Amino acid sequence: MPIDPQVPLSVPLRLLAATAAVAATVLAGCAPQDVRPSATATASGAPWLERLTYGLNSSSLAEYQRLGRAGFVDAQLAAQPAPLPAAVERQIDGLEISHADPTRLLEDVNAEYKRINALPDGPDKEQARKAINERGNKLAYEAARRHLLRAIYSPSQLREQMDWFWLNHFSVHQYKASLRWLVADYDEHAIRPHVFGHFRDLVMATLTHPAMLQYLDNAQNAGGHVNENYARELMELQTLGVDGGYTQADVQALARILTGSGINAGGAAPKLKAEWQPLYRHTGAFEFNPARHDFGEKRLLGQAFEGRGFAEVEQAVDLLVRQPACARFVSRRIALYFVSDDPPQSLVERMARAFQATDGDIGAVLRTMLGAPEYEASLGGKFKDPMHYVVASLRLAYDGRTIVNAHPIVNWLNALGEPLWGRQTPDGYPLTESGWASSGQISRRFEIAKAIANGSAGLFEPEDGSGTAGGGFPQLASRVYYDAFEPRLSQPTRQALERAGSQVEWNTFLLASPEFNYR
Amino acid sequence: MNRRELIAFAAALPALTCGGGLIAAPRSPARFLLVFLRGGYDCANLLVPYSSPFYYEARPRIAIPRPQAGALSGAIALDADWALAGAVRESVGPLYERGEAAFVPFAGTDDVSRSHFETQDSLELGQPVAGARDFRSGFLARLATVVNGAAPIAFTDSLPLVFRGSTDIPNISLKALGKPAFDARQADILQAMYAGHHLRAAVADGLELRQEVARAMEDEMLAANRGAVTTKGFELEAARIGRLMREQYNLGFVDVGGWDTHVNEGGAQGPLATGLESLGRGLRTFADTLGPEWKSTVVLVVSEFGRTFRENGNAGTDHGHGSVYWVLGGGLKGGRVVGAQQRVTAATLFQDRDYPVLNDYRAVLAGLFRRMWGLSAAPLEQVFPSTEPRDLGLL
Repeated sequence: MPIDPQVPLSVPLRLLAATAAVAATVLAGCAPQDVRPSATATASGAPWLERLTYGLNSSSLAEYQRLGRAGFVDAQLAAQPAPLPAAVERQIDGLEISHADPTRLLEDVNAEYKRINALPDGPDKEQARKAINERGNKLAYEAARRHLLRAIYSPSQLREQMDWFWLNHFSVHQYKASLRWLVADYDEHAIRPHVFGHFRDLVMATLTHPAMLQYLDNAQNAGGHVNENYARELMELQTLGVDGGYTQADVQALARILTGSGINAGGAAPKLKAEWQPLYRHTGAFEFNPARHDFGEKRLLGQAFEGRGFAEVEQAVDLLVRQPACARFVSRRIALYFVSDDPPQSLVERMARAFQATDGDIGAVLRTMLGAPEYEASLGGKFKDPMHYVVASLRLAYDGRTIVNAHPIVNWLNALGEPLWGRQTPDGYPLTESGWASSGQISRRFEIAKAIANGSAGLFEPEDGSGTAGGGFPQLASRVYYDAFEPRLSQPTRQALERAGSQVEWNTFLLASPEFNYR
Repeated sequence: MNRRELIAFAAALPALTCGGGLIAAPRSPARFLLVFLRGGYDCANLLVPYSSPFYYEARPRIAIPRPQAGALSGAIALDADWALAGAVRESVGPLYERGEAAFVPFAGTDDVSRSHFETQDSLELGQPVAGARDFRSGFLARLATVVNGAAPIAFTDSLPLVFRGSTDIPNISLKALGKPAFDARQADILQAMYAGHHLRAAVADGLELRQEVARAMEDEMLAANRGAVTTKGFELEAARIGRLMREQYNLGFVDVGGWDTHVNEGGAQGPLATGLESLGRGLRTFADTLGPEWKSTVVLVVSEFGRTFRENGNAGTDHGHGSVYWVLGGGLKGGRVVGAQQRVTAATLFQDRDYPVLNDYRAVLAGLFRRMWGLSAAPLEQVFPSTEPRDLGLL
């Protein structure tokens, strides 16, 4: 078997490297349109590409070589996502959540809970409880599976990261109320259409979605029985930030403005006074019920609000998203996620100006960030949160091979403390290293590295139990590794990799290395 | 300085004192464990104000019945006003009788947000509520920098705010233990990759802690193999914490969830009583596990806030203010309900709904820490800025 003399490697890995090199040559031969990047050019662009994606893989590297930086950014910010690989698309199409009517799901689960509660205590009731619980778990799992498949395989990597970012910014927790029935639709219709759109649209879409209405209790917020929960978090965590210049009186005013915005899934419309009927709104499961609204005058952030029903909510959201504090707060959050744990003020200011100049156009804010020298200077310095870590590992391991069972991935994210729809508190997961790099978290991460490295978790075993696909450990010592990682490794990491006693161990060390844990 | 260096430094101290004649404080044997009940536990159903007719009026469905003299179960009268819930009668009751337990009612923070989130942060940071918060500085992390020979550890999945600070503090959850994933050679290679990296200490601590825990738990495995009755839940966790704190660590933190009892919390029996019973058994197991070291150990049980004094429409309680802290320790002058107190009536409730806070947690903790480690004003000021320590006479 030929051994590539260009690739210096320790003894146990020569065989593996040779196989990878042969495989790469064969692939290149089969796909003549595939432009093989030169190793040095790839290495210099690798940190940039790694930050813009969830992690390097051969498809992204090839596209980067084909389009160049500017073209790659344009493609990433395109108004529509690039098509998924056909096998991934088929898998997503086979999920119940891809075809279910979300309002109907909510209506059905409400009815089922009602039926169960009316049952006498006993085995039937227990059985029914168990069944509905399993159904909720299945739907939430499907939502996670779809989200993860897209994160791993979509060519539109910036879009997928922004999808996660906004889900986290407008965080909901699946184990409250009927959220497990709602998270798929929340991702698909409240968040995804707006990831590069106007911030105001995101606020309105989440505000009127039953997931958020349940999670932060606005569904219970009514005139005379005001619940401040959502009003407070909308300002503190989602638009202005805790130092955004609002007061307790503003929280109370916004809570009153939000009274009457709630949920009606399949129920009859309320009987309303004639003057209120034109104010009634009902779209999907969202309902604005004037009979539950406080029509008194309010004053929010110095602006007077006449009692006009849901128009007050639109006025309030306009007011919030046009505050300079909102532009700064949202820009800083994006910079925390993409640039640095302590993003330079100069950069945040420029992003905030772009936000204000474009009425909150997220795409424009991202372009400003991506073109900034501060962004360039920050490459390689962000610690990967668990989502980035796991997805990056799988992208490196399984480009071109479609994972059919996402349960191991969900378990890894659970073990690492960052499951999708799993944050209990409304602040979302931490965006900085301090939230993820404690000693206990790092040793847990190394254990997950080992699990990914040995390939025995069952990612390719169909969920219906129809046979087992073998596969063994992933080939991490691939072309992408040699082109994009190897040239950047520190001396201690090289030495560690040389000490690996097996290929699985080598995989583990690579995934545990500092270079792989930062982006 | 990472944890091992700290320990090595502390271990070197006595030698220095003898050999060089230097005067250095000997390493204190004191141990401290902070137990955080997240969710705001309903303290009025733990330490029952049984002399208050208002308690029984306010809680028609969930009140704990008055203690009965000579009864073998149910609440125990601690004094003329307070009774201890029957749920912890077997576990904490004997400690109290021996003077190894005390309770501080009307304890808490001056954060009145009634938000779990805000108030937990307030308590863990231990900074004055009025000023700007520094989220990189929790009070136990600050304590670890002023206590000579501190060996801190959090028994949690992630590092809690209370232990965030300038040095790496190890954390590990002891709820479920697997075998360490790496042998010594692999751990050594993994650590070597982080030589010179700012995560070096965290990587080393994390890997080493897994091994340490595995070694410390060997006797648990042996006992299990001999067919000993296996405990579970918090009791098991507390036994493991006890072993680690007996052998290696002297500043610990653990949190216990499940106290947010808005609905059907129950009275003498029910979900809250079950939670308290498990907690009490765990704390007792912790004390027993420490053996002779229990004498020099103090456990403080806190929660972010108390709950509404009146039961709500769902036979539960909502977010309130003042709480009841538990102080346990083998060397305690306890067996008392301590701190500032007042009668429990409708008129004395805070904002007509909650216990007031008469015993500020920072003052109470500063008072305890001063006695435990002989800390002077300057280090205490570092741990709890702008706080006058309050000595409850327990040590």
